[in-house]
Amino acid sequence: MKINILAFGIAKDILDGQTKEIELSHGNDVKSLKQTLCDTFPEFSKLRSLSIAVNEEYRNDDYELKESDEVVIIPPVSGG
Amino acid sequence: MINIELKDEPLSVEECNDLAVSPTAGGTVVFVGTVRDQTKGKKVTHLEFEAYKPMAISEMRKIAEQAAEKWQAAHVVIHHRVGKLDITDIAVIIAVATPHRKAAFEACEYCIDTLKETVPIWKKEFFEDGAVWVAAHP
Repeated sequence: MKINILAFGIAKDILDGQTKEIELSHGNDVKSLKQTLCDTFPEFSKLRSLSIAVNEEYRNDDYELKESDEVVIIPPVSGG
Repeated sequence: MINIELKDEPLSVEECNDLAVSPTAGGTVVFVGTVRDQTKGKKVTHLEFEAYKPMAISEMRKIAEQAAEKWQAAHVVIHHRVGKLDITDIAVIIAVATPHRKAAFEACEYCIDTLKETVPIWKKEFFEDGAVWVAAHP
């Protein structure tokens, strides 16, 4: 399955753009997306944390993604 | 009452205080986070804040609602800035009004501590010789 992802902060720098189409190669859940990201862009493995938000909520690794979801990479946050 | 804002223009302490103060609250605590001029001894020239806006607002609202419930706050106000900020500019203001002062201090601290952990906002620090996304790496 192919999904479109949105990236912010350092994730945008790693992807060299704010949006990217990602082909999921391990499965369709959040864990598989993280694995694909780390395989394709090793810089993601070096971050302090890597979270995924779907439709504006943080999601656990077992959350199943759908093509219509708004999927966002959330690198370590640093507001405040 | 919960009041949340994310904006790319200067924040107002007076506005946040006025929104928070309540006839039922005997204590209002206002936290003001400002831009510091150095990180680990290295001179910072300015900052940029980027946000995933809809989720940043919803996450700030969750925090405010949790604080309001736990500490019986009359009002919780959270305003956060985005865009370019200079040294001493205000990055965030949290104002909490509760019936008694101790709860206001605790609730305000809870809000800023949790905001720093969960709200999708990212800070880029600019130095004379480059820039880094804060806290991205261990």
